[in-house]
Amino acid sequence: MKKNLTAWLCLLPAVAFLLVFMVYPLVDVLVYSFEEGYNFASQSYFGTGLYNYSYVLRDPYFIQALKNTFIIVIITVPLSTGIALLISLGLSNIKVLRDFYQTVYFLPYVTNTLAVGLVFMVLFKKTAYSDGLVSILIQFFGGPGVDFIDGPYWAKMFVMCFYTIWCVMPFKILILTSALASVNPMYYKAARVDDTRPFRIFYKITLPMISPMVFYLVITGFIGAFKAYSDEVALFGADLNAAGMNTIVGYVYDMLYGNSGGYPSYASAAALILFAIVFTITTINLMVSRKTVYYN
Amino acid sequence: MNNRDIKNEEARSRAGDVTRITVRYVLLSVWAILVLFPFYWMLLTSIKSYGSYNAEYVPKFYTLSPTIDNYIQAFTAVPLAKYFLNTLIFTVITTALMLLVVILSAFAFARLDFRGKDLVFSLFLSLMMIPNELVIITNYVTITNLNMRNTFLGLILPSVTSVFYIYLLKENFEQIPEELYKAAKVDGTSDFRYLWKVMIPISKPTLVTVVILKVIECWNSYIWPRLITDDQNYFLVSNGIQEIRENGFGRENVPAMMAAVVVISVPLVVIFLIFRHKIMEGVARGGTKG
Amino acid sequence: MKIVLEHLTKRFPNRNKKIKDEVIAVNDFNFTIPDGKLIGLLGPSGCGKSTALNLICGLEKPTEGKIYFGDLDVTGLAPEKRGVGLVFQNYALYPHLNVRENIRFPLENLRGDKKLTKEQMEEKVLEAAKLVQIDGLLDRKPNEMSGGQQQRVAIARALVKRPQVLLLDEPLSNLDARLRLQTREELKRIQQETGITTVFVTHDQEEAMSISDTIVVMKDGVLQQMGRPQEIYDEPINLFVAKFLGTPQINVFEGKISGEKVFIDDKAVMDAKGATDGEVYVAIRPEGFVVDENGPLTCSFINREVMGRDTSVVAHHERFLGETIRAIIPSEEVIEPKEGRVSFSLKPAKVRLFDRNTEERIRVQV
Repeated sequence: MKKNLTAWLCLLPAVAFLLVFMVYPLVDVLVYSFEEGYNFASQSYFGTGLYNYSYVLRDPYFIQALKNTFIIVIITVPLSTGIALLISLGLSNIKVLRDFYQTVYFLPYVTNTLAVGLVFMVLFKKTAYSDGLVSILIQFFGGPGVDFIDGPYWAKMFVMCFYTIWCVMPFKILILTSALASVNPMYYKAARVDDTRPFRIFYKITLPMISPMVFYLVITGFIGAFKAYSDEVALFGADLNAAGMNTIVGYVYDMLYGNSGGYPSYASAAALILFAIVFTITTINLMVSRKTVYYN
Repeated sequence: MNNRDIKNEEARSRAGDVTRITVRYVLLSVWAILVLFPFYWMLLTSIKSYGSYNAEYVPKFYTLSPTIDNYIQAFTAVPLAKYFLNTLIFTVITTALMLLVVILSAFAFARLDFRGKDLVFSLFLSLMMIPNELVIITNYVTITNLNMRNTFLGLILPSVTSVFYIYLLKENFEQIPEELYKAAKVDGTSDFRYLWKVMIPISKPTLVTVVILKVIECWNSYIWPRLITDDQNYFLVSNGIQEIRENGFGRENVPAMMAAVVVISVPLVVIFLIFRHKIMEGVARGGTKG
Repeated sequence: MKIVLEHLTKRFPNRNKKIKDEVIAVNDFNFTIPDGKLIGLLGPSGCGKSTALNLICGLEKPTEGKIYFGDLDVTGLAPEKRGVGLVFQNYALYPHLNVRENIRFPLENLRGDKKLTKEQMEEKVLEAAKLVQIDGLLDRKPNEMSGGQQQRVAIARALVKRPQVLLLDEPLSNLDARLRLQTREELKRIQQETGITTVFVTHDQEEAMSISDTIVVMKDGVLQQMGRPQEIYDEPINLFVAKFLGTPQINVFEGKISGEKVFIDDKAVMDAKGATDGEVYVAIRPEGFVVDENGPLTCSFINREVMGRDTSVVAHHERFLGETIRAIIPSEEVIEPKEGRVSFSLKPAKVRLFDRNTEERIRVQV
């Protein structure tokens, strides 16, 4: 079978890479997560069981990471989707400067998250020399000076969410703008002739028609936000546990590598817990969507 | 309704139009400023001198004495050029290898017949749901055990395959009419010549999409390089910027830091501004098909 | 509601920005649409008929001129304030709403003292659905219905709020031939039952002829002729109108008038009393031919197509403009061609003469 051979030769690189870097690790991560007391140096362990999971679930750092992650998800996903929808609606209804706005809005997508994170840090951080631009602005309007980077938890969380939204907006605006453009303008004309108020047009016509895309963004938004990590590092530095701003993914990497690292078993358990959470949320999302999303 | 009511109605609807347009532009401009301001600030700060920056308790929104000292510092005090070169090498090799792997597999799935094709493809698709975070732990161990830490090979190998791109390209290949293939076969064209001369040119938009997405991903990748490199000679820009942040220029030198940030941001921003329509179209395509 | 158009003009800037020229979609329209009538706006695609409809509807603003509904000047009024119902070519039914919700949609927009209760709405929805005979399909989604049914829903949705004017944009062009026949009669019936002034746009002359009270023929933004269907068919004012109406198309020959006689190729084909000498187009309706061995118009025979009662004789002639002549002859009068030739005499009442330069009609005494 010459044909069979050609095909398999074509697939060989992909299959080989996937086996080594996807399939094997998948099995391995499960194994790791059940191996108790695994020692990275000697590569030995002394038992199997659920101890890794219970350790992780009782680790205050993990609880903190879990809490942070959930807050980030709950705040940024609805807010970013909502604001992106507003902006896309605005964009779809203008002609002048439209291309300019679209270009500007997409910029964060092509910039290095860690690099721009530094700029945000500078804008929000209180140093010996300056309170930071944002804090000064707040004081100018009569508010209290806040250190958003090393200060109170909610101040840090605010910057965190703000930066996360800043980073995810380009993609959402792009997708929603193209979704809005795909709605046949004839529906708007029909609604207009029937004296439909703008909000009702949006709620009864536009939203149902773009609902598959909105839903797609909500699902990917959830998944992305649960995996938040680089943005946090960008703002608060690599030692997120110290800043109290760690996320689940951050916890996984810290367990694996770095100052507190060397525990692949704990890392695996935490990663699997994350996967279970994401999987559950996505399933719930899909179930909700079946009732609310209109598919043509 | 009489003629006077109509005049009132017209005036009201004109006023409504003006309000709506104003609200739209205000909203759009607010977000545009929020997006642009950090870029402005990093450019501005990068040309302020170290002394004048630290002297400003209330930072100024302009500077009258711009300097390029910070840029010189960024390239001399830290190996920024090295980070840059590393990232370039990493991006080019990863993208090229990935293209090869992806094109070959998509070709096999779309054009060649072999036993077990459907099964293998379903297995591929199911891998699409596996998050990177789950497999990165073992990959870290694997690469460490293979003594490939602090090598380009170790950086590149785990990211040269993407099931999603294989899927994207396969869909595209399958849209090429069967007749073209038959015609080529009648003319005695080999499978690979057909792939090279017909399928790849026709699928160029999708390939461009894949390249764009991959280049952006490579340029921004942080987690894997951080795990696999601790030798500065192999740092990518993301790790470099983190290193600058943590250990910096010996002191907290914000203007120099901003200069480094500008240098790192400029290449992708420039490429984006030149090819912006292609890039946005590509990202939308890649995003909505997933 | 009577509709009056006064010097109505709409110009669009050219799509190609380098060209300064404007496209004049509607050029100086002046006519009155009488109350309660069904008007067909007829013309080839791109002639500006849809623009004219959009102007009446208010979706487009005119560059110049005025529109009156009755005595009210509605030129600057937004479409939603005009009280018009609009049916789109693709129906524009909201795909995520079922038939009932679609028809109810305009009613839910009513506010102030016009606001309706749920029961009143349901009653009106049912009434409209019954009028277009889809009251059994109220719970279906648009994609679960045939094109004809969707069209009815669209009409019901346009009628449910009792508009003063009903506007239909190519209402039948998305239906197959059989449904089209059926639906156009339906349209006529609905219009007569409701008595709402109705304007519809079409490129299909047969459709316009069959149901309109009045036809408005347009070309390149210019109104060509307005009148009752038969009137326009019988007395076209120029060559364009003559060619545009009637199937098969009118047969146009190059000819001339000389000494009050019409010549095609040196053969006098008919009298033209009172006409001055000159080059003309001789346009003959397919039913204007009489097979006559000694007739003056001798054509080369191509073939014949039997259509039952009538036969269509397909032929060619040197002076004929176009591919083939089509003459409709009662089947029993058809005779075998001799040496590949067939000769006709003409029924003068079915022949129209047009000036070769201006393409305007030349009237002769019959």
